[in-house]
Amino acid sequence: MSADKSAARGEVRSIDSLVTFPQYLLLNARRFATRPAMRHKNYGIWQSWTWLQMHEEIRAFSLGLKELGLDKGQKIAIIGANRPRLYWTFCAAQALGAVPVPIYSDSIAEEMEYVLEHAETVMAVCQDQEQIDKVLSMGKKLKTLKTIIYDEPRGMRDYDLDELRSFEDVQKLGEKTLGSKDAADEWEKNIYQAKGDDLAVMLYTSGTTGRPKGVMLSNDNMVKTAISANEFDHFDETEQIVAYLPLAWVGDHVFSYGQAFTAGYCVCCPESAETVNEDRREIAPTYFFAPPRVFEIMLTAIMVRMEDAGTFKKKMFHYFLDHASKVGEKILNGEKVAVFDRIKYFIGELMVYGPLKNRLGFTNVKVGYTAGEAIGPEIFRFYRSLGINLKQLYGQTEASVYISAQPDGEIRAETVGRPSPGVEIEIADSGEVMYRSPGVFVGYYKNEKSTKETKTKDGWVHTGDAGFIDDNGHLRIIDRAKDVGKLIDGSMFAPKYIENKLKFFPNVKEAVAFGDGREFVGVIVNIDLTSVGNWAERNNIAYASYQELAAHPQVYKMMAEHIEQVNRDLSGEEMMAGAQISRFLVLHKELDADDGELTRTLKVRRNFISERYAPLIEAIYDGSTEKYVDTEVIFEDGRKGSISATVEVRDVKVFAPVSHKEAAE
Amino acid sequence: MSARTAADIAVGEDLLHVDDISLSFGGVKAIQNISFNIVKGEIRAIIGPNGAGKTSMLNVINGFYHPQEGTITFLGEERRKMRPYRAASQGISRTFQNVALFTGMSTLDNIMAGRSLKMHRNFFWQMFRYGPALNEEIEHRRAVEEIIDFLEIEHIRKTPVGQLPYGLQKRVELGRALAAEPSLLLLDEPMAGMNLEEKEDMSRFVIDVNQQFGTTIALIEHDMGVVMDLADRIVVMDYGKKIADGMPKDVQSDQNVIDAYLGVAH
Repeated sequence: MSADKSAARGEVRSIDSLVTFPQYLLLNARRFATRPAMRHKNYGIWQSWTWLQMHEEIRAFSLGLKELGLDKGQKIAIIGANRPRLYWTFCAAQALGAVPVPIYSDSIAEEMEYVLEHAETVMAVCQDQEQIDKVLSMGKKLKTLKTIIYDEPRGMRDYDLDELRSFEDVQKLGEKTLGSKDAADEWEKNIYQAKGDDLAVMLYTSGTTGRPKGVMLSNDNMVKTAISANEFDHFDETEQIVAYLPLAWVGDHVFSYGQAFTAGYCVCCPESAETVNEDRREIAPTYFFAPPRVFEIMLTAIMVRMEDAGTFKKKMFHYFLDHASKVGEKILNGEKVAVFDRIKYFIGELMVYGPLKNRLGFTNVKVGYTAGEAIGPEIFRFYRSLGINLKQLYGQTEASVYISAQPDGEIRAETVGRPSPGVEIEIADSGEVMYRSPGVFVGYYKNEKSTKETKTKDGWVHTGDAGFIDDNGHLRIIDRAKDVGKLIDGSMFAPKYIENKLKFFPNVKEAVAFGDGREFVGVIVNIDLTSVGNWAERNNIAYASYQELAAHPQVYKMMAEHIEQVNRDLSGEEMMAGAQISRFLVLHKELDADDGELTRTLKVRRNFISERYAPLIEAIYDGSTEKYVDTEVIFEDGRKGSISATVEVRDVKVFAPVSHKEAAE
Repeated sequence: MSARTAADIAVGEDLLHVDDISLSFGGVKAIQNISFNIVKGEIRAIIGPNGAGKTSMLNVINGFYHPQEGTITFLGEERRKMRPYRAASQGISRTFQNVALFTGMSTLDNIMAGRSLKMHRNFFWQMFRYGPALNEEIEHRRAVEEIIDFLEIEHIRKTPVGQLPYGLQKRVELGRALAAEPSLLLLDEPMAGMNLEEKEDMSRFVIDVNQQFGTTIALIEHDMGVVMDLADRIVVMDYGKKIADGMPKDVQSDQNVIDAYLGVAH
């Protein structure tokens, strides 16, 4: 077989000498030749590629890119969803010494244009017509961009442009050069010439403030980080993961590309963004990664479905979940639990937890991580109590993800764990968390000033988050340093903390708390359409739109109850009792990344929201009971529209702080 | 029978034309002396105010109504009337104004039903789902999966269509019509009741079907913005009569059309 021949090509290098991902590809094509490297569900069937097959696909594409003139150091943009071919592009480009620059595929054209221009990309690999159209709409403004390659040919028939090529065509171009004997050897030789400190990838941070910055990461950053992460959680070639998070996010890049190449495990690409849940269930990944938002959505979906279940099922569900919340985590942590409770938990596993985990696709999960921002402790405990080994990690693009992670058996909801292998953490005098590690980025692309502000001369990096190391040596993050503030009366105000408590309620999708330098805390709440919609249906509440539902008096009543509950919780916590929520409003539109209200990784952009909804926030504080607003919205294709509404502002009950003595009684 | 198939007709030639069609229900004259043609490869729109006879016209084309007068010529064969079965087997398929799906069946099964005319194994083979029947099913399943992929409805593949929102049901219906691999596709208000985003998606699918598969499309639509963007040529009807026929920009500036839509002082 020709496959055997190509695998046997070239010299054998020891694993310790490998410094780039293409080098690992060559190794894996040999050591894991017949193991699956990638799967993709297409036409309803999972298609797979072994490492050997993937090696051939990547080589053909890489040689094709070379024919098209891609050269060392040049940038190539990657735009689209989690598709095998887009992952291959990373490796194909790196094999030539070029630098891949993934871009968030749901960016509006203007954002995309900024990145393409700033990174001086010479080529772009797009998933489909939608992305091609966006890139083409920028036209002549992109001076450096010479070639555009597309993965899916659908709708591309009538595009008669010289710079456009299909992925297959480029691969064919590459295969043609393989006809000459030296091409493959030459290609491998080139791969082995790459150095550890060469640039591996450039990731633009979506950033909660300002323009995105291009974070330059070297081969050493990525490879070393990936290897130590694999060691930390004992990952090997038998893992399976589902790749569904944006390619341009450092998390996905490390988990679905970096760690997969170094450990040799299999990455599965879902059929489409909407089928992720079903696909995850079919694959049953061993390693799962998600930002808190995803866990929140899943929890909401479970609760909504259970509301529709029969009385018996509902009772059983709640009975066993109560039991799990009492002993589930202890069992998972290996603590002492009474035999009777263990038996009851085991029955629960058979009746409720097991089927639930199967539904979620978590049956085989060895390790699950949540990161990106703080997860609500209640949500975190819920999943752990089911027996899912969910852990928190704390990371940043600038650190190639890992700053700290929770080791097995040392998991507490409020910390983000110990420093990851090779990472040093220090708390600056200001309370800001700082770190130094092999993963620390090279610098921001064409932005010396920001690089200097973020990274000190000896390689320490400012995280911008406030935190401290607790008695057990675990890092605790309080909030973004910038966001933690004080009310006028001096009580500490940590918005994220309050918001997370609110977001535990399935009916609350997003919450934004205000209070720094103010008399009291006010929040803007976003309802969850799935959950509240379902509730409305069951209670015969008619509504025609999100806006109408959000303004419904019953919905307001429900939100007020939720907030009272949060206040009651807060009143029992010494540090937070002073910052209870006094007034709130339910926003008439969903916060959206297209409008700049959320980052592309769905974090709230607090400053932007406070500017955009300034009249509403003023209404919270000047005592008015309603306020008219007119908001501009931006559609994904860049067109603008507007939504206007009269939003009601309500007061909520605040509780007297409970001193800890009383609470102990 | 005519030996011509859609493949024999060159793009730009008449695929179908109707001549002097008149249709009445008792005293109600739904269509009066209408003639127009549909050429291969185009998107032809039929527009007009409510009750103008647009849906009746589509029903005449696919043989659901039989006109009292006039002829229908499809693939070069002139007929007094069409029969639904013949229309379907010769390559005319359609969607309906009010979604007409099998609500208890999944998306997949609904679209598969659209291929039943292409299945040739008899009942017994299919009952045992063995040998040639199995091969045939695999072949058709692939065709159906391609449509599912094309219309981006992978996530609802196995959902009973009755549970789907309206916009998606419309898409499934389009999928079922496409499953028959039609040479002429009739769409009766494909975008009625949709929001802006759904309309844009649907428009894109209509264009893609036209370009990718070369399917000729005749559609009825009320959203003028959509029609003017999508259609190559437009027939305008009012009170059962044809009042204009031509390119979108000509139709738009036609005084009769403006009067029909805005009303005239009597």
